[in-house]
Amino acid sequence: MARLGTDGDPAALAALRRTYGLDRPLAVQYLDWLWHAVRGDFGVSMLSGADVGAEIAEKSAVTLPLILASSLIALAIAVPLGALAGLRARRWDGALVSAVSQVGAAIPPFWIGLVLITAVAVQWRALPAGGFPVDGWADPVVALRSLVLPSLTLGAAQAAILVRFVRSTTVEALGSGWLRTARATGLGRAEALRAHGARAIAIPVVSVLGVQVSTLVTGSIVIEQVFALPGIGAMLVRDVGLRDHIKVQGTVAIIVAVVLLVSAAAEAAVVRLDARRSTA
Amino acid sequence: MRQSPLLVAGSVLAAVCSATALLPTSWLPHDPLAIDPQGRFADPSWRHPFGTDALGRDVLSLIGAGARATLGTAIGAVAIAMGVGVLLGIAAATWPRTAGTAVRQAGAIALALPSLLVALVLVAATGPGAITAAVAIGAALSAGIARVTSDEARRILASDFVTAARTSGAGRVHIAVRHLLPNLRASLLVQASGAFAVAILGESTLSYLGLGTRPPTPSWGRMLAESQQYLVVDPIVAVWPGAAIALAILGFSLLGDGLRDATDPALETRAP
Repeated sequence: MARLGTDGDPAALAALRRTYGLDRPLAVQYLDWLWHAVRGDFGVSMLSGADVGAEIAEKSAVTLPLILASSLIALAIAVPLGALAGLRARRWDGALVSAVSQVGAAIPPFWIGLVLITAVAVQWRALPAGGFPVDGWADPVVALRSLVLPSLTLGAAQAAILVRFVRSTTVEALGSGWLRTARATGLGRAEALRAHGARAIAIPVVSVLGVQVSTLVTGSIVIEQVFALPGIGAMLVRDVGLRDHIKVQGTVAIIVAVVLLVSAAAEAAVVRLDARRSTA
Repeated sequence: MRQSPLLVAGSVLAAVCSATALLPTSWLPHDPLAIDPQGRFADPSWRHPFGTDALGRDVLSLIGAGARATLGTAIGAVAIAMGVGVLLGIAAATWPRTAGTAVRQAGAIALALPSLLVALVLVAATGPGAITAAVAIGAALSAGIARVTSDEARRILASDFVTAARTSGAGRVHIAVRHLLPNLRASLLVQASGAFAVAILGESTLSYLGLGTRPPTPSWGRMLAESQQYLVVDPIVAVWPGAAIALAILGFSLLGDGLRDATDPALETRAP
C-alpha cells in the first residue's frame, strides 16, 4: 500500500488490494497461501514482486555450501579433540581441551568472525573480508575463497559445542559394559575402542548432528550477516527489517521444513544404528 | 555444598556483570552518549581506558551502560522462559496422559526449530525492540526448560513421599505446590543460570543484527555491528564489546555448571 504513497487514489488502492487478494478475510488469505505453498508456489515478494521460491533456490547456492563446510570443519575439530578430552580426562591435556571448549562456547560466533576478518583479511590480506562473487560459482576458486573464513567461523563455533558432547560420550563409553567385555577378551583399551567403539560413538554423534542442524541454521543467519554473504539468512534478516511478510513466511516455512526433515532423518538413522531401539 | 574454583569464578563474573547492569550509570567515567568529534578513535589512555569509538564516545562507559540493555533483556527473557517452561513442565508431569503428551509432542518440534528463527518471526510481526527480543528469546528457551522440568518432576512424583501424600488424600495441585516445587528448586536454579547465558547470547545476536535494542540505547551487540565498519581504521574498538559478551556468557554458564555439580549428589564429577 505504501507504493501509492499517503494520498493515493482510492480506486487504485482498491485495485491493488484486489490484485494481491488483500480484500479477502485473513484466514482465507492464509489457507490460499498454504494451498499454494504445499505445491511449491510460495508467492511473490510484497516489495519487489520477485518469486519467493526462485529467490530462495538462488540464495541456497551460498547457504548450503556454507552449512555443509562448517559442519565438516566442526566434526574434524570436535571428534579428535573431544575423544582426547574424554580419554585423558584426568590429565592436563584433556583438562586443557575441556577448558578451551568451555571458553570457546561462550564466545559469540560473530565476534570470532570479526577477529578473523581483522587478522586474516585486513592485516594479512590473505582472504577476502566478505562478500560473494556476483556471478556465483562461475569461478569456483573465487567462490570457495570467499567461503573459507565464514565456514571456519561457523565451524569453530559449532566445534566448541560439539567437543563437550563427544567428550561426555567418550567418558560414558569408557565406563560401559561392552568395553569391559572387550577388555576381558585381552584387548588393550585403544584396541578395544578401535574395534568396537565406532558404533557406540556414531549413535550419539548422529543424533547430535540432527540437533546441530538447527544451531547451524541459526549460525548461518548470523555469519552471513558478518561476512556480507548473499545467502538465505542475510535475505531473511533484510526482509524482516523491511517487513516483507510473504517472503519471510515463505523463507521460514522452507527452513523449518528442511530442519524438521533432517532431524527426523537423523532420528531414523539412530534407530537403525542402535539395536536396542529397533522394534524388530 | 562443595565449592569448586569454577563455581567461584562463575559467581564472581556473573556478580560483576549483574552489578554493572543494576548500579546507576552515574559511576561511569563519562556520559556514554556524549560525542566528541575531535577525539574519535582515541587509543586507550588514563582518560579513556578502553579508548573512544567512531563518534568519540567513551568505550568503557558504553560497555558499562550496555550491560543494562543486555542483562535487562536477558532477565525478562529468563523470567518468561521459566514462567512458561516450569508451568508447562509441572502440568505435563502432573497430568501425564493429557498435558504430558501435548507438551512432549509440541516440545519435540519446538526444540528442533532454530531458536533465532522463532525470534525473527516475532520481530517481523511486531517490529524490533527490547521487549520483542525478551519475548522471542523467552519463547525459544521455554521448550527446553519445560522438558527438563517435566523429566525432573516425573522422577520426584515417583518417589515414596509423594505416594504417601497421595494415599493420605492430597490432590494433584496440592502435591505440585507443596511437594514438587520445593524439590525442584535446585534444578530450576541451575536451569535459570544456563538459560541466562543463552539469553545474553540471544540479545547480543539480535542487537548485532539490528533487530534488538534500538539506538541510541547502548548495547554490546550493536557496538560490535558499529565497530565492524571501522575494522580497518581501529580494530581495537571491536575487542571490548566482544569480550564483555563472552565474559558474561562464560560467567553464567560456569555458574550453572558449578551449581549443577554442587547440588546434584548423584552426579560423579570427573576432572573438569
